[in-house]
Amino acid sequence: MPEILVYVDHVDGAVRKPTLELLTLARGIGEPVAVALGDGAADTAATLAEHGATRVLVHEAPEYAAYLVVPKVDALHAAYEAISPAAVLVPSSAEGKEIAARTALRIGSGVITDAVDVAAGGSGPVAEQSAFAASYTTTSRVTRGTPVITVKPNSAAVEPAPAAGAVEALDVTFSAQATGTKVIARTPRESTGRPELTEAAIVVAGGRGTVGDFTAVEALADELGAAVGASRAAVDAGWYPHSHQVGQTGKSVSPQLYVAAGISGAVQHRAGMQTSQTIVAVNKDPEAPIFDLADFGVVGDLFDVVPQLTKEIDARKG
Amino acid sequence: MKIVVCVKYVPDATGDRKFADDLTVDRDDVDGLLSELDEYAVEQALRIAEEADETEVTALTVGPEDAKDALRKALSMGADKAIHVEDDGLHGTDVIGTSLVLAKAIAKAGYDLVISGMASTDGAMGVVPALLAERLGVPQATLLSEVGVEGGLVTGRRDGDAASERLEARLPAVVSVTDQSGEARYPSFKGIMAAKKKPVETWDLSDLDIEAGSVGLEHAWTAVDSAADRPARTAGTVVTDEGEGGRQLAAFLAGQKFI
Ligand SMILES: Cc1cc2nc3c(=O)[nH]c(=O)nc-3n(C[C@H](O)[C@H](O)[C@H](O)COP(=O)(O)OP(=O)(O)OC[C@H]3O[C@@H](n4cnc5c(N)ncnc54)[C@H](O)[C@@H]3O)c2cc1C
Repeated sequence: MPEILVYVDHVDGAVRKPTLELLTLARGIGEPVAVALGDGAADTAATLAEHGATRVLVHEAPEYAAYLVVPKVDALHAAYEAISPAAVLVPSSAEGKEIAARTALRIGSGVITDAVDVAAGGSGPVAEQSAFAASYTTTSRVTRGTPVITVKPNSAAVEPAPAAGAVEALDVTFSAQATGTKVIARTPRESTGRPELTEAAIVVAGGRGTVGDFTAVEALADELGAAVGASRAAVDAGWYPHSHQVGQTGKSVSPQLYVAAGISGAVQHRAGMQTSQTIVAVNKDPEAPIFDLADFGVVGDLFDVVPQLTKEIDARKG
Repeated sequence: MKIVVCVKYVPDATGDRKFADDLTVDRDDVDGLLSELDEYAVEQALRIAEEADETEVTALTVGPEDAKDALRKALSMGADKAIHVEDDGLHGTDVIGTSLVLAKAIAKAGYDLVISGMASTDGAMGVVPALLAERLGVPQATLLSEVGVEGGLVTGRRDGDAASERLEARLPAVVSVTDQSGEARYPSFKGIMAAKKKPVETWDLSDLDIEAGSVGLEHAWTAVDSAADRPARTAGTVVTDEGEGGRQLAAFLAGQKFI
């Protein structure tokens, strides 16, 4: 079986869910070898082994946190040289895509971003993507070099698949460019206590229709154990932080359930949520385009419908 | 200081965007325009130029004949001059090839700062700026929601998944800016008139010493094998709230096992 290099996204050793999904996809096309960098890298090994990593290459150095992107490119490049994998998979975060693209260029390979599936094919891995605000589904391949593919969160199930997960030290020599962009301060995002937006199974999102009052949206989210999203109109108005924006210039989400409250469904919003499995909408305007996507829609005032829904769910839970 | 702003001409996102028969983006049936996300790049270039002395802002695009429209818009917003890289051999070039052409053109134009938008609104990969930094061998300070240049340093704020970071890099550098960086100005009537007299240079692949074999659909490092119209999500049940809307929605969710 060919080895598949999987780039690990972790926070101080806690592996983020999209990486575990990548391990599932990697097992479909070969044997996953993980590469974990920075503080806590070695602590990722146990979780990665449980989910199928046969080897875990680790390198801890202050450069990963002190400088932007390039140290990680140097390391992924080194891991590529060390194991000559059949493909490289990277989580599709903003940073993940940048790391993937620069690495691909260095190793003379094509790059595909934002895949929603990766499967074995006759001439290498085939990536499925959605295009034009998810109105098209495409399949593509890398035709030169070793495929480098970034994969969106929620594109595969997390599956336990115990493997050796042997920890090996990765040798990394930083390039002259590694220290080019300094991170001079870092403010960690405050935890909301709710699930991570891109990883959540359920997202409840509010738009301009909330007129700035997200109480009903948040209460429903908490009842469902969901993450809270917002349209750009709500973010631009200063009602909700940008880190919660769903859409073309915000986060792209693909949950099992997406609840849109007071959101019209503009194409740029759809770009970030149209691949959700089930979509429901509450909107005053029966002509709102969001109803074209909704599996179930309620034409009505969100300030009536959403609290009633929350109460009913609570009652049904007993 | 020389600032090069990279801008892309894209099909209007509110139109009915499609793929052409060769699975490249169809550019005939939908009107094109300057990618809205690149307006933010032009805006930041102009703001930086207004703060500094002796600054020249050049708008650069790689694209077909019609892409001139994107340059005109950038010029009417206030850019000083424009460069259009146009060549039949470019049709179907992928991101790796596009970054090669842009990097060669930027190097030929001369630069202290390269600014681009956060992603195009059609391909939406968001990796061209990182690729440009890699090719030019200069720092990348990308996805900035706030940017400033002073004393040969570019600084800015990058809001990442886990943290918000303050970045600092020495010029020359490649920067990309998000739609949070500041509203883009509308071209004034005066700006539109002035743009007509501003110089637009056209370069082809030979001007950039790029061999035909390194760009274009045939030589791309990736291939699109199929593009299927996603079955339009069948609009489901829509009910009008007459006092029971919330409970009806709950019943639907229970039926789907969400509760
Ligand atoms: C380059 C670009 C990028 C963009 N990126 C994004 C993006 O990432 N994400 C994004 O969301 N948008 C994005 N947009 C903006 C997008 O075009 C829309 O403007 C935005 O999505 C509208 O947000 P909205 O649906 O909340 O507001 P509106 O379109 O104003 O819709 C509000 C809706 O609320 C309904 N409503 C009002 N009151 C009530 C009530 N009491 N109860 C129920 N319903 C009510 C109204 O009927 C209406 O349908 C982008 C635009 C551009 C040009």
